[in-house]
Amino acid sequence: MRVNALSAPVMAGDVHFPPSVKEFFTPALFGLDGWLTKFTIFVWVAVALLIIFFLVAYRDPKLVPSRAQWMAEAVYGFARDSIARPMLGHEGVRFAPYFAALLSFILLTNLYGIIPGIQISTNTHIAYPIVLAAISYVMFNYIGIRKHGFVKYMKNSLVPSAPWYILPLLIPIEFFSTFIVRPITLALRLFANMFAGHMILAVFTLGGFALLNAQTWYFKPISVLSWGMAVALTFLEALVILLQAYVFVVLTSSYISGALAEEH
Amino acid sequence: MTGSLSAVGYGLAAIGPGIGVGIIFAAYIQATARQPESARLTQQWVWIGFAVVEALALLGIAFGFVFK
Repeated sequence: MRVNALSAPVMAGDVHFPPSVKEFFTPALFGLDGWLTKFTIFVWVAVALLIIFFLVAYRDPKLVPSRAQWMAEAVYGFARDSIARPMLGHEGVRFAPYFAALLSFILLTNLYGIIPGIQISTNTHIAYPIVLAAISYVMFNYIGIRKHGFVKYMKNSLVPSAPWYILPLLIPIEFFSTFIVRPITLALRLFANMFAGHMILAVFTLGGFALLNAQTWYFKPISVLSWGMAVALTFLEALVILLQAYVFVVLTSSYISGALAEEH
Repeated sequence: MTGSLSAVGYGLAAIGPGIGVGIIFAAYIQATARQPESARLTQQWVWIGFAVVEALALLGIAFGFVFK
């Protein structure tokens, strides 16, 4: 499956092993340099799929749900009952639609990483995680400022309850961790997981071809082992995909709960 | 011998997060073994802690390419 998808281009040319960052930059489509690549189209497809799926699934809701309605309710129900409510309490339910959208979008774009024939997640380009993290960042700050007012929100998030003489040390650290590190790590975590996952799969898949093309004859059978590893790591990657989509949403809700908290 | 020393550096950098993630899951398993009904309560914090610690290892991957 993996092997077939890759064998045509790889077998034709020579194998570039080890894979480099160049693998992630696909050529521009239709001559629109810098505007249209495979990744742009996959993001559009993901957005379109999600909109159509949720519209169709909820066009005519029934008491006994159809399969599509059941799936949509499962995704929304998970975001509401397993993330929003335990993390944010009763008032968290109003964030559940955002969490459900975020969860399903990240899940779908991550899944591109293991769907045969596509096999690269759009989140391997840091631009997409940056936008998602920016939305969450603006959102939790906006919610905190709207609830507490700017001064009190800043005081809540920057001034911990500590003796006054340690505050000059703590306030910069709190500022750095809340307003600088949070959005960066949120974006970087998703990006780096997808990037590293794709790199590992590429190493073992291309490594198999490199071993097969090796001059030494007894290296050739080892390529089977390498491809076996690629298949096994695809399953590990499936786990990472689910986990990262979940972690992104849980962290967003944790930041929102921090912004909503009265004192800490 | 050819290759990049940054691979060795990343290996060293991954020790810390590796131990950290191990401790987090060990603590979760212990907590759940001692008090099974707390499993759902602590689950979110496991994943948050895991994600925060794991970020260190991922910073290593990202900076390995940045400082090339």
